[in-house]
Amino acid sequence: MTPRPRPLVDPVNQFFWQAGKAGQLQILRCQACGTWLHPPRPICAKCLSEEVAPETVSGTGIVYSVTVNHQPWVPGLKVPYVIARVSLDGVDDVLLTTNIVGERALESRIGDAVRVTFEEQDGLWFPLFTHSR
Amino acid sequence: MSSKSDPIISGVGQSAVGKFVDRLPLLLTIDAIKDALDNAGLRVADIDGVATWPGRVETMLDMGPVGCDAVIDALGIKATWYNGAFESAAQYGPIAGAVAAVQQGWARHVVVFRTVCQGSARRKPELFPSVQPAGLSGGMEHIIPYHAYSAANWTAQMASRHFHDYGTTREQLGQVAINARRNGALNPRAIFRDPITMEDYLSARMISSPLCLFDCDTLSDASTAIIVSAAETGGDLKNVPIRIDAIAQSLPGRYSWDQPVEAACYPTGKRLWELSDFTVEDVDIGQLYDGFSFLTLQWIEALGFCPVGEGGRYLEGGHRIARDGVFPINTNGGQIAAGRTHAFGYVREAVRQLRGQAEETQIDRDLKLAVTGAGGGPLAMAMLLARD
Repeated sequence: MTPRPRPLVDPVNQFFWQAGKAGQLQILRCQACGTWLHPPRPICAKCLSEEVAPETVSGTGIVYSVTVNHQPWVPGLKVPYVIARVSLDGVDDVLLTTNIVGERALESRIGDAVRVTFEEQDGLWFPLFTHSR
Repeated sequence: MSSKSDPIISGVGQSAVGKFVDRLPLLLTIDAIKDALDNAGLRVADIDGVATWPGRVETMLDMGPVGCDAVIDALGIKATWYNGAFESAAQYGPIAGAVAAVQQGWARHVVVFRTVCQGSARRKPELFPSVQPAGLSGGMEHIIPYHAYSAANWTAQMASRHFHDYGTTREQLGQVAINARRNGALNPRAIFRDPITMEDYLSARMISSPLCLFDCDTLSDASTAIIVSAAETGGDLKNVPIRIDAIAQSLPGRYSWDQPVEAACYPTGKRLWELSDFTVEDVDIGQLYDGFSFLTLQWIEALGFCPVGEGGRYLEGGHRIARDGVFPINTNGGQIAAGRTHAFGYVREAVRQLRGQAEETQIDRDLKLAVTGAGGGPLAMAMLLARD
């Protein structure tokens, strides 16, 4: 399996890459005004509060956009595979770029209901999505 | 004594262009600069400003092998202004800087260059020892780990949504590619010289749906140079000065390839008309970013040639963007046929068209106003170039 390119993990974003260990998807949220902040950053874009903290979200969502990648960009990369953006239930103005995995991945359509599943690699848990039944 | 002046383009030049040009990046750059100087009727000694995007970038030496300092040093330029910067609204950032320099009287003739050596970097990687960062950041850590390595994948996301929201079809999008390849067939410098049919397009290998092979530009070795000069020097120049009427950029509050914000070309396109006395109806010709065909569709919408969402219908049949259409675009083949000169090729072609010096690709009309847009996703800049 081709290793996933690695994020730079820092104190601000570490929660996002570790929450999957307990099967949880967490998104950063401003505790002062409730704005969801993704990618994680130490200050609220809306009200400039530094009181930001991760919150566990449902992990369900809807496919917002989807592409089937056919190009083996790096040696050994198995194609085709699905890259999508998913909007998360209960989380405004945030999209997660992800892979849709599972039996129905290649038939993914905008509007499909999906839920999170995690893939661990070297101590980081990447949120991927499968079709909800 | 103030020497502030309006900005013109006095010269455009380019090195050899190809899938592999066996020339060191610095020499490729100097080839382009010499070509531009000859086009302007200037000498190295006349140059007092230098600018480039992105400069020398250690993490991507194939795309950023040469900086201003190397050029100043190699040519002995007596620079009273120079700037090479990676963080910029798009590849036209240094042209905007050169305009400011000329307007403020910091320089009279600024050479602005863009050098790409992607072909050489693959053939001779030892000459391009790019360093890898310790980890992804700046938003890309939430995109690339999902094996979304390429702007083809990021652009495909936007295209998939456009197809869904507006009913855009591959047949419509394909007109950008077919037009590019048709124009490339006329251009002796183009990398691809053979046209393609709609059947070729629809049966082509998929890269990242809905984008196929022909929706993507082709890598190249190339350097392109533009000389931005003080308007008052116009009388001394070899060729008709082209006035830079307006340059626009606009990034309303978010820098992202994947979050739910509109692509930066949209606010940039609106901003361009705020900065000019011209309107979209005055435009004769366009050179619009075609790193991917879908970005060209977005620029057509963003600049106001049609409402947002109608880009597919604007492209239907390819009539409007054709050489004999109301809005000919990418007249030398764009980057899809003529190679990834990375935006500066559009400026060179626009200037040549306006001057009636585009040779084999010349549109046979009295062309007075050209629009060009560069960039995709959060990157966008647009310019209006006028022959007064």
